[in-house]
Amino acid sequence: MSAHVPERVRREDERLARERQKIARDGPKLKGAKLEARLERTWSRPRGIIGWLATVDHKEIGRRYIVTALLFLALGGVLALAMRVQLAQPDSALISPQRYNELFTMHGSTMMFLFAVPVMEGVAVFIIPLMLGTRSTAFPRLNAFSYFMYLFGGLLLWGAFLLNIGPDIGWFAYTPLSGPQFSPGKRADIWAQMITFTEVSALAAAVVLVCTILKTRAPGMTLARMPLFAWAMLVVAVMIIFSMPAVALASSMLISDRLIGTNFYNAYEHGDALLWQHLFWFFGHPEVYIIFLPATGFVSVITETFCRRPVFAYPIVVLALISTGILAFGLWVHHMFATGLPRVGYSFYTSASMTVAIPTALQIFCWLATMWDGRPRFQVPMLYVVGFIVTFVIGGLSGVIIASVPLDLQLHDTYFIVAHFHYVLIGGAVFPLLGILTYWYPKITGRMMNETLGKIGFWMIFLGFQLTFFPMHLAGLLGMPRRVYTYPAGVGLELPNLLSSIGAFVVAAAVVLFVINGLFSLYRGAVAPSNPWGASTLEWAAASPPRPYNFAHIPVVESRTPLWDAEGELPVVTGLRVDEKEILLTTVVAATPDLREPVPGASLWPLIAAIAVGVLFVSSIFSPWAVVFGAIPAAIATAAWFWPKELKRHPEPVIS
Amino acid sequence: MTVGGRASVVPLALAASACSYQHYQSTFGNAATEARQFNILFVIFLVICAIMYLAVIAFLVASIARRRRAGEANTVEEGRHHESNPLMRTALISWGAVVGSGLVALAIASFIADRSMASAAANEKLSITVTGNQWWWDVQYNAGDNSKMVRTANEIHLPVGVPVRIYLKSNDVIHSFWVPSLAGKQDLIPGRDTDITVVPRKVGIYRGQCAEFCGAEHAKMALVVDVDSYRDFIKWWQHQLQPAPAPATPLAKAGYAFVTSRNCSVCHAIAGTPASGTVGPDLTHFASRRTIAAGAMPMSEGNLYGWVEDPQSIKPGSKMPTIGLEPNELHAVVAYLETLK
Repeated sequence: MSAHVPERVRREDERLARERQKIARDGPKLKGAKLEARLERTWSRPRGIIGWLATVDHKEIGRRYIVTALLFLALGGVLALAMRVQLAQPDSALISPQRYNELFTMHGSTMMFLFAVPVMEGVAVFIIPLMLGTRSTAFPRLNAFSYFMYLFGGLLLWGAFLLNIGPDIGWFAYTPLSGPQFSPGKRADIWAQMITFTEVSALAAAVVLVCTILKTRAPGMTLARMPLFAWAMLVVAVMIIFSMPAVALASSMLISDRLIGTNFYNAYEHGDALLWQHLFWFFGHPEVYIIFLPATGFVSVITETFCRRPVFAYPIVVLALISTGILAFGLWVHHMFATGLPRVGYSFYTSASMTVAIPTALQIFCWLATMWDGRPRFQVPMLYVVGFIVTFVIGGLSGVIIASVPLDLQLHDTYFIVAHFHYVLIGGAVFPLLGILTYWYPKITGRMMNETLGKIGFWMIFLGFQLTFFPMHLAGLLGMPRRVYTYPAGVGLELPNLLSSIGAFVVAAAVVLFVINGLFSLYRGAVAPSNPWGASTLEWAAASPPRPYNFAHIPVVESRTPLWDAEGELPVVTGLRVDEKEILLTTVVAATPDLREPVPGASLWPLIAAIAVGVLFVSSIFSPWAVVFGAIPAAIATAAWFWPKELKRHPEPVIS
Repeated sequence: MTVGGRASVVPLALAASACSYQHYQSTFGNAATEARQFNILFVIFLVICAIMYLAVIAFLVASIARRRRAGEANTVEEGRHHESNPLMRTALISWGAVVGSGLVALAIASFIADRSMASAAANEKLSITVTGNQWWWDVQYNAGDNSKMVRTANEIHLPVGVPVRIYLKSNDVIHSFWVPSLAGKQDLIPGRDTDITVVPRKVGIYRGQCAEFCGAEHAKMALVVDVDSYRDFIKWWQHQLQPAPAPATPLAKAGYAFVTSRNCSVCHAIAGTPASGTVGPDLTHFASRRTIAAGAMPMSEGNLYGWVEDPQSIKPGSKMPTIGLEPNELHAVVAYLETLK
C-alpha cells in the first residue's frame, strides 16, 4: 500500500470511523432493560393485520406451521374415522366405493404432505434458532414464503375435496391409473399440483434450515457440540433437497402427460408405467425418514432432559442419523418387489433395507443406555419416549420382515403393511411429536400444559393405538388387501376390523384431549419460567415465550450441554448492532465468529409472491398457457422481493 | 326355470358356504409349495424379531426399574458424563454385533427361500395367461394346439401337484395377482410381461383378490382358484372345451336371441354362438362358475337376476351398464345364462 492517501479519502474514512462509534451495539455500555427495550423496538414487526401477514419472525412462522399442520392432522384423522366406520363390519354400504377411494387418498396425502413433514419443519423453524443461540433463521423471507406455499397447497387439496373434485387415485398416484386415460377430470391434477406446492415449500424450508444450522450457531457451538435435534434436522433438510426433485420431476411429467399429452408413463407410446414408481419411491422412501429422523431428535432431546444425563454415545447417534439419511436413498425398490424386476437384483434392496435397521438399533440402544445410566423422571414427554420405544421397535421389526422378498410378496399391499407403517409413523413420529409439543409448549406459549390431562391422554393414545393397529397385522395375514372399501364376511376379517375401528375412536378421543389440554393451558396453565424442565440447551436460556430478538446477548457455548455446565450466567459475545436487525454468522465447523449479517425486515412480498406462484400452479391445472402468463406476476413479485437495497454508503461494510 | 337349474343352486350355495372355512383367503393357507415356504420363513423371522424385541423391552424395563441412590434424583452430576464408561461401550458394540449378525442370518434365510421358490416351479407343466381388466380377470389356458385352448374368467382350475406358470398381462391399469393360500403376489403391468409360478399341494377352493389399487371397484376384483385332483381337472378341461349348449326351452331360446343379437354380445363372447365381444368376461360356461362379477356375489339364480338387472347397484362403477331390461327380457336372459354350464 502506498503511504500516500488522498486527503479526501482520508477525511471520509475518519468521518466513517466517527459514525461507527455512534452505532448502538450491545455490550457493557448497553445492557439490561435498556438494551432489551432497544432490541424490542428493532426486532418487533409492524402491528396490525399487515404486520401479521408480513412477519418474518421465525417464531411466528413456526407457530403457524405447527397450528396449521395440527389442523390438517385433525382433518386427516376425521377421514380415518370415516374409513374405520365403513370397515367396522363386512359388506358395509355406508360409503360408496368412489367416496371411499377419495377418503383414503385424502387421508394419506394429508397426513404425509400436509401434516407429518410440515409439522417437523414448523417445530424446527420455531426452535432451531433458539437452540442454536441466534436471533433469526437464515433467509427469513424465504421462510415466510415457504409457509404460505404450504398453506395454499393444503387449501387447494381440501377446497377441491369439499367441492367434490378431490383426488381418488391414492396418495401414491400410480400411473397409468392416474394418467389421462383412466382418470379423466381434474381430480388427479389437483393431487399433482398439491404436490408441487408442498415440494416448493419443503425445499424452501430445507434451504432455510441447512443455512441456519450451518451458519448461525452461537460462537463455540462446534458441529461436535450441536444439539442432536439440530443434527437430525440438518440431515433431514439435506435429504429433502436430494429427494424432492425426484417427485417434482415425477409429478411434472404426470401433469404434462395429462395436460399436453406427453406420454412419459404411457406404455403403449414407448413410455413406462413403472417409471413413475421408481421416481415416486426414490422420493417416497426418504420421505419416511424425513418424518422419522426429526422424531429421533425429539427423543434425544427429551431423554437427555428427563434422564438428567447427556445422551449416551453422542457420536454414534450422529453417525446413525447420517447413515440412515444416506441408506434411505438405497431402499426405494422394496416398495416394488411385486413388479417383476429381476429377482437377484431385489436381494440388494433386501440387504439395504435390513441394514438401515442397524443405525436405528444403535440409536435405540443409546437412548436406553441414557435411561439406564441417568435418573429418569416420568413426566408426560418422557412417557411418550417410553411409548415410542415400545411401539416403534415393533414397527421397525415388522419392517425387517417385509424387507425379505419372499415375505413381502405375501404381505405387500395388505393390512400388514398398514399396521407396519402406522407403527413406524405414529409410534415412531407422532408419539415423540406429542411428547415434544408438551415439552416445548412452555417455550412456545409461556405456560405449562396440564400434567394430569397429559398423562391420561398418553395412556389413551398408547393403548388405543395398539388396539387400532395391532389387529391389522392379523387382518393382513388373513388376506385383507389395502385400499379396499369393503371385505367379504366369513373369511375371518370381522373381529380384527371391529377392534381396529373401536381403537380408532379411542385414539381420536386422546387427540381431542390433547387439543383440549393445549387450549385450556393456553389460558389457565401454570406460568412457565424460562427453564421449567431444567434442560441443558440454549432455547431454555431465552424467555418463555421468547422476545422477538430471542437473546439480549448472543451466548457463547463451551460444551454440549451449556445450561448444565455454565457456572452462573452464560458467557456472551457482544457488539451486534441493536439499531438494525443483525445476527452473527459463525464458521461451519468450528463456529468461530465470522460475519455480522443484516436480517431483512417484515415484508409482504413473500406473501404476494406465494399468491402469484399459487395462481400459476392452480390455473395450470386448466391450461398450459397459464404457465406462460402466470409467470409474469410471479416474476414481478419475486423481482420486487429481491429489489436491491438503496446504495447509500454505510458507515461500515455490510454484506447484503 | 328348470328343475336341474334349481337343484344345481344348492351344491353351489354349499360350496360357497364351505368357502368360509378358515384358510379360504389367508397366508396361513399352506396350499402350495410357495405358501409353505412363506410360512417357514415367516416363523424364522418372527422368532428372531421377537427375541430382538424382548431384548429391547428387557433393557427398557431394567432402566426404569433400576434402583438409584436415594436423594439424588433430578440432579445433573457435574462432569460425570464426560467420562466414558467402558462397560457400556462394550455393551453398545456387542449390541451392534448381535443385531448385525441377526440381520445377516435373516438376509441369508430370505435369499435361500427366494432361490428355492424360484427353482421349485421352474419346469412348469401347465401355462395360463391371466389378463387384468377393470375389474375382472380374463383367464386363458395356453396349449400348443389352439383347439385345446380354454378361455374363462374370474376362476382358475389347477391340478394338484403340477407346476403351473401363470403369465400376467394387463389391459388397462396395474393390478396385482394374489391368491394368499397359494403364493405371494405379482403385479400385472400394462406394457410389461410378468409371470408367477405355483405348485399347488392341497385340493381345495381358494379365494384371491387384486392387491394393487386399480380404481373404483378394486375391492371387488376377486377370483376363485379351484385346486382339483388331476382327474377332475382334466374332466373340467374337457368340459370347458365344449361350446355352449344350444338352448332347449322357449324361454332360454328367447334369452339366446336377446343375448346374441342385442347389447350383451357387444362385450361378451359365448363359444358356439355369434356372441364374440372381447371387452367383458367370456360367458361360455358362465353358470358353472362359483361367483358372479369377479367374486362380487356367489353364483345363484337370485343373484343372477340382481346382477343382470342392475349391475351398477351391486358393483358401482363397473363397466357393465344397467341397460333397463323389460321383465320378460330379464327372465329370458337369466334362463339362458343358467344353461351355460
